[in-house]
Amino acid sequence: MIDVEHLSKSYGETLAVDDLSFTIRPGQVTGFLGPNGAGKSTTMRMIVGLDKPSAGSVTVDGRRYRDLPAPLREVGAMLEARAIHTGRSAYHHLLAMAQSNRIAKTRVDEVIELVGLERVARKRVGGFSLGMGQRLGIAAALLGDPPVLILDEPANGLDPEGILWIRNLLKGFAREGRTVFLSSHLMSEMAVTADHVIVVGRGRLIAEAWVGEIVQHASKNAAVLVRSARGELLQRALAGPGVVIESVDRDVLEVHGLSGREIGEVALREGVALEELTPRQASLEDAFMALTGDSVDFHASPVAEAVA
Amino acid sequence: MSAAVQARPVTLATVIVSEWTKLRTLRSTLWSLLAAVLAMAVLGSAVAAVQMSRWAQLEPQERARYDAIDVGVGGYHLAQLAIGVLGVLVISGEYSTGMIRSSLIAVPHRLPVLWAKIIVFAAVTFGLMLVASLVSFYAVQAIVTQHHQQVTLAAPHALRAVIGTALFLTVLGILAVGLGALVRNTAGGIAGFVALMFVLPGIVALLPASIGHAISPYMPLSAGFTVATSTFEDPHHLGTWTGFAVFCGYAAIVVAAAAVGLQKRDA
Repeated sequence: MIDVEHLSKSYGETLAVDDLSFTIRPGQVTGFLGPNGAGKSTTMRMIVGLDKPSAGSVTVDGRRYRDLPAPLREVGAMLEARAIHTGRSAYHHLLAMAQSNRIAKTRVDEVIELVGLERVARKRVGGFSLGMGQRLGIAAALLGDPPVLILDEPANGLDPEGILWIRNLLKGFAREGRTVFLSSHLMSEMAVTADHVIVVGRGRLIAEAWVGEIVQHASKNAAVLVRSARGELLQRALAGPGVVIESVDRDVLEVHGLSGREIGEVALREGVALEELTPRQASLEDAFMALTGDSVDFHASPVAEAVA
Repeated sequence: MSAAVQARPVTLATVIVSEWTKLRTLRSTLWSLLAAVLAMAVLGSAVAAVQMSRWAQLEPQERARYDAIDVGVGGYHLAQLAIGVLGVLVISGEYSTGMIRSSLIAVPHRLPVLWAKIIVFAAVTFGLMLVASLVSFYAVQAIVTQHHQQVTLAAPHALRAVIGTALFLTVLGILAVGLGALVRNTAGGIAGFVALMFVLPGIVALLPASIGHAISPYMPLSAGFTVATSTFEDPHHLGTWTGFAVFCGYAAIVVAAAAVGLQKRDA
């Protein structure tokens, strides 16, 4: 459980994080979504005490990070893959980290195997690829077998196989009851990894949403593009309850609320020739914008609604 | 996960073990230490060999004043550069690679990281430099025997100079670690070290003698090396232990400033 309360951070004139409050719960993967520069990394750095908040507080399981007696055993963090001395081997990097928190040497070998770095563990980190560096960062985060994991852009630099691996790993950790908090600037990645997303922009909380809702919203907004020379006749024939038809072009319709098969059957009955029938999935980004846009509008206009 | 229930806490001792691993697992550290050991152990012998081969050409006063103790520990003139650079690197290397963030996530109280780095580096430096200084002392005595200039460790100031050399280099190393932590940058830290130790005295020498002579004994190098040399004829120097105490004061101030910075600044 991570509790962020009214957290702010300013660097001189710039406000990187602006009165941010949210709670990250155990047993689920929580995504931290926002464009680059939205304050995600700064927030994560404040959680583990690297940056001091200008205002507000953040606790992990009720305690400030610096008050944890053996922090690596309680929080695993990978804030940037390259927080590692390039002249040292992966094994010795992990060993030094482990020793400071009294983590057994055998655990070092375990995490190396877990992330698949056995063959290069004794090589200097300076020669590692981006993906190998990322795996080493993840290994360091897992060293203390912590109940809370914080990962900044963990999929960065991983190949498709690596991305699948980290996705399943994190989901598995959440199923075990751990708190998993990861950032990304990609909605598509969040859609398949996270259960819940927290969205920030310019240091402020924009929205919180369940990924399930977003996906549902996206499929609800699915449409079928229909091209036919006799669009007007078809439009009348398709009309019905729950069906929304927009005329995109003179002979192109965008039909919501009917499947391609249903449209095809109507066209056959009416003797209308179809030139094109294309199912179109609403993108997750669009669905997300629609969802969060609604919630922002809702919060912004309670007075207007009350008057109406 | 069960480990979190009753985790044994991070202590200075666990951080020292970790810092020892860090120090011994970097090739650059090992090379710098080897350079310091070689400089300390060999330079004096090289100087002594040249002096002995040209003994007949030396001025009579030079021969009369010949000090086999100072030559014996003279390697520190070169070793101080290697130790100083390594001292800066011990911490600036963590800032340049981002490693410092891993270190501080593991030890969020931060200060134990600085103390442990200083303790480990000081212990290694003192141990290695004491051995190198002893080796150099005996090697030089063996060389200068040909003109009967040898002394023993029992000679006045001899043992103090040999141990003092190791002490001087150790405190110099601590000062350098402090500078590296304060500046957080390798080039800046080394520049600061060279400026404080070797450039500042040159500037002071340009001052009018009345002021310069009053200040120069208190410069870090002039104050510090008093403990690493046998005797002085120069009245413009502090006494052996007074000078060394002043030098320790410089190191303490720099380390204290570094500690405050480490606590207050974002990493």
